[in-house]
Parts: sequence; structure tokens; C-alpha cells
Amino acid sequence: MKQIAIVAFHQSRAVADAGACNEVEMIMPVLSEVYQQVGINNAQDVDFVCSGSCDYLQGAAFAFVAGVDALGAVPPIKESHVEMDAAWAVYESILKIRMGHADSALIYGFGKSSPGELPIVLSQQLDPYYLAPQWVDTISLAALQARLMLEQGKLTERDMAEVVSRSRRNALNNPNAQLAGDISAEDVLADEMYLSPLRKADCCPVSDGASAMIICTVEKAQQWGVPFALITGIDHRIETHNLGMRDLTDSVSTRLAAEGAGVADGSVDVAELYAPFSHQEIILARALGLDEGTSVNPSGGVLAGNLMMASGLSRIGEVFQRIVSGEAQRGVAHATSGPCLQHNLVTVVEKA
Amino acid sequence: MSDQREPITGIDVPISLKYNFTAGAGPARFLSQVRKGVLTGQRCPRCEQVYIPPRGSCAACGVPTEEEVVLADKATVQSFTIVSIPIPTNPIEPPYIIANLVADGANISFIHLMSDCVNEEVRIGQRVQAVWKPEEEWDYAMDNIRYFTPIDEPDVPADKIGKLPVSGWGA
Repeated sequence: MKQIAIVAFHQSRAVADAGACNEVEMIMPVLSEVYQQVGINNAQDVDFVCSGSCDYLQGAAFAFVAGVDALGAVPPIKESHVEMDAAWAVYESILKIRMGHADSALIYGFGKSSPGELPIVLSQQLDPYYLAPQWVDTISLAALQARLMLEQGKLTERDMAEVVSRSRRNALNNPNAQLAGDISAEDVLADEMYLSPLRKADCCPVSDGASAMIICTVEKAQQWGVPFALITGIDHRIETHNLGMRDLTDSVSTRLAAEGAGVADGSVDVAELYAPFSHQEIILARALGLDEGTSVNPSGGVLAGNLMMASGLSRIGEVFQRIVSGEAQRGVAHATSGPCLQHNLVTVVEKA
Repeated sequence: MSDQREPITGIDVPISLKYNFTAGAGPARFLSQVRKGVLTGQRCPRCEQVYIPPRGSCAACGVPTEEEVVLADKATVQSFTIVSIPIPTNPIEPPYIIANLVADGANISFIHLMSDCVNEEVRIGQRVQAVWKPEEEWDYAMDNIRYFTPIDEPDVPADKIGKLPVSGWGA
């Protein structure tokens, strides 16, 4: 099977409100960065392009088509889109390369979440008969999940506060972070409740931004002559939309995806987990079987800034950058979608 | 309870979401000029095509369009359709004409209304000019132009549509 190399990655700074900037204007700078990293001009110089976004974020039908205006698609290019996080666009691109239909692919994800009320907007991804009509927002569902864990003694509020504290401190070294600071678990615990048992700091912020990546065959990476890392495993699994039928204190789909991706086949130096709420990072670390030897979310993770539809791609990118810089040999990136970690994708990235 | 009830075949679930929509930095520059009664396109630094209304990028090249180009309010009909059926919520009474118009100096068409014309005589290549609302009604919107109306200038051949300078059709 063809080996897949990551050769470029860039993420914009996560900001609370990108202001007048529209989606195309958000995408163009990150594309320009990844083109520069491999020395190409535009999307004409790759064989395939795949994006991830969600029209509900900006509230405009077919908004993802407008994103194509950032590419330079004349003459026509081979292009696809997932109404999901762009981590799933990586998955589609890998299939395209493995089938022999492309040697290289440009992937980008973007989200301007500030125009709407994101937790309410996301309620419309729930099942349309029982839950969506009740407008159950994402934070309330996450609070239910955290409550279950506390009641069952699977974590404490301090455990959650420690996740937040580590995220804020790690984010001090991440120039793209929206929230960073030297705060302790005590500082977090001293905050008032937001949606019990969640404090505001337990929830990721609403952010605007985009990220982009280029992947290709090893031969193409060598031809471009740039440092690269290898994607040695990728798998994704989904659980039922019926929240009542799931064990919300565990992530069965993450565990299955981790097995499929071969997470346990070697040591994990670094893990970037898409955990929009502090307690979810604990669920994920357990499902992935991570131990003390793994540096979890050295970027600060999405508690430091959550680019909807791009954060999953950015997790893969963060691991790639740490491997190429020599900071890590092998890492795991995780992406999630749906309420309470319904759908999970796990990628293993290794030193070439 | 009886089992003879009618089966439920549908439920009403009204959905309403509120957004604070922003046009974008490029479109905002265009809208600020329209507010003053001026049509401005933006030129691609690579292929030099002029876009109106601009969206912030040249879709053909994938690069930002930053150079502003002031255009005339004269245009050429690139294509059109005569609407004969009423459209719910649209206050305009049929029959009326929707046309793709290319402003002089621009390379891409925009959609607008045509009026003060004989519908049966509207044709591709026809020359038209904007009829503006009174200045005090101007806003950040293309409907500052009420509609376009035919003017007494020779038709533009199909292969010249979208290739006229800002100075217009000098024939």
C-alpha cells in the first residue's frame, strides 16, 4: 500500500471574531502558507483538493462552494468537500491517493462560528425528531456527560480543572492560541459555575479561523525535497445518534478507531486530542490507552481555541510539526464530530 | 387506548437561527462605494480580470483582488430571462426581466432588473444604463439602482461583451 506523507501545514490564529473578513479571505492566507512550504504556486500544482466546512456556521446555503473561490480553479481542478471537520477530508484524500487517482492533495478546513450562536446552531445536528426540536445545545449535553462521570466517580472536578490549567499553560507557547495563561487548577476551581458541573474554562471558546495541509506520496515528497512525516494509520468510527443508548462516560468509537489505526503498535510521544470540553480529554486519553509517557495537547488543544471544521485537521498538523521538528518520533491525532464525542477519527503520524 | 389512530406521517418543527452576517473586507469596500452611488470593481493582480461585485478573491486565480476600479453605470446585456410567473414574497409584478449585465470596464456579469423597455425587444448585446433611486434612499445595497434601461447605443457583438473599457462602447 502507498505510504502517505504530510509535507505542509498551517493554521491561522484562532480569534473570537474575524470581523469583516469573509470565509474566502480567511482561507487564502493559510493556503498561501502551505503552497510556500512546498514551493508550489496554487491548487493547480496538486492533484486533488478536499475541504471541510459546515454551511450552518455562517448560515448560508452552499457557502462551502464560495470557499472554492480561494483556490484558483481555472482551468478546472479535481475538488471535493466534506460537511465535516477537514480531518475527514484528510481521510478522503488518503483514499484518493491510495486508489492511484492522485499523488498529492491539498486539504483545508474553515469555520467562522462568530456570526451565529454556536452551541444553538450545533443543536441542529441532533436527530430531527426528538432532540433537535428541543434545541438541546452542545454545552448542555457536555454538562450531562460530565455529570454522569462525576456521579459514577470516573473523575473529579479537580481532574477537569487540571486539564484546563495544562491547556492554558501549554497554549502560552502557541502563537495561534486564543486563550492562554499561567493559571492553576485552583484558579479554575475558584471560578463560578457556568452550566453545572462545567465552568466556563471547561468549555472551548468560539473561534474563527482556518487551517490547511498538503499530503502526498513519499516519492512526491522527495521530489519536492521538503521534510515530511508519515501517516501510518487512520481510522474513524461513529456511535448511534441516540444519546440514551450510548455510554457517555466512555468513547467506544475512539477505542475502535485507535485499534484500527494501530495506536498501540508503538510508543506515543505526543497526542493532540480534539476535546471541546475538559472532561472529554480524560475520556479520550483513556480510550486511546495513553499513559504518563505521552505529552497530551502540547498546543493547548481546542480549549485554547476551537476552529470548527478545522480543529481536527489542526490536531494532525500539530503532531506533524512536532515530528518534523524532532520533538517527537511518533504521535496520535484525534478528531471528533457530533454531540458528546459521537464520531471519532484517529490518525497515527510517525517520523519518516 | 385505541390502536385505530391515524399513523403520524409528519411533524412541524420550525427552525430559526439568528446570524450576524458580514460581507467580507473586499465586498465591504464595494458596498461603501455603492452607498455613494459609485460602482467599483476589483482587479485581479494576476489575470487582470475586473470583478463586480467583488468577493475578495479572483476565483480563477485564487488570489486577493485588492486594486479598486471605478466603473461606469453603463452595461451590456450578456443574457436575460423574462419572468412570467409570480414568485412568493417577491413584490415585483410579472412579466419582468432579470438580466446578467456586464458593466463597462468589468469582465464578469452581475444580475439586475431591466425595465422601461419593450420586453420582446430585449436582446443579448443590448446597451443599458442604471436608473438610480433618489440619493436620500441610497444604502449599502445594489438596489440603490432601481433597474437598468436600454440606451440609444449600437449593440455590442457577443465576442466583445465583457471586454469593453470603462470608457464604454465607443462605436
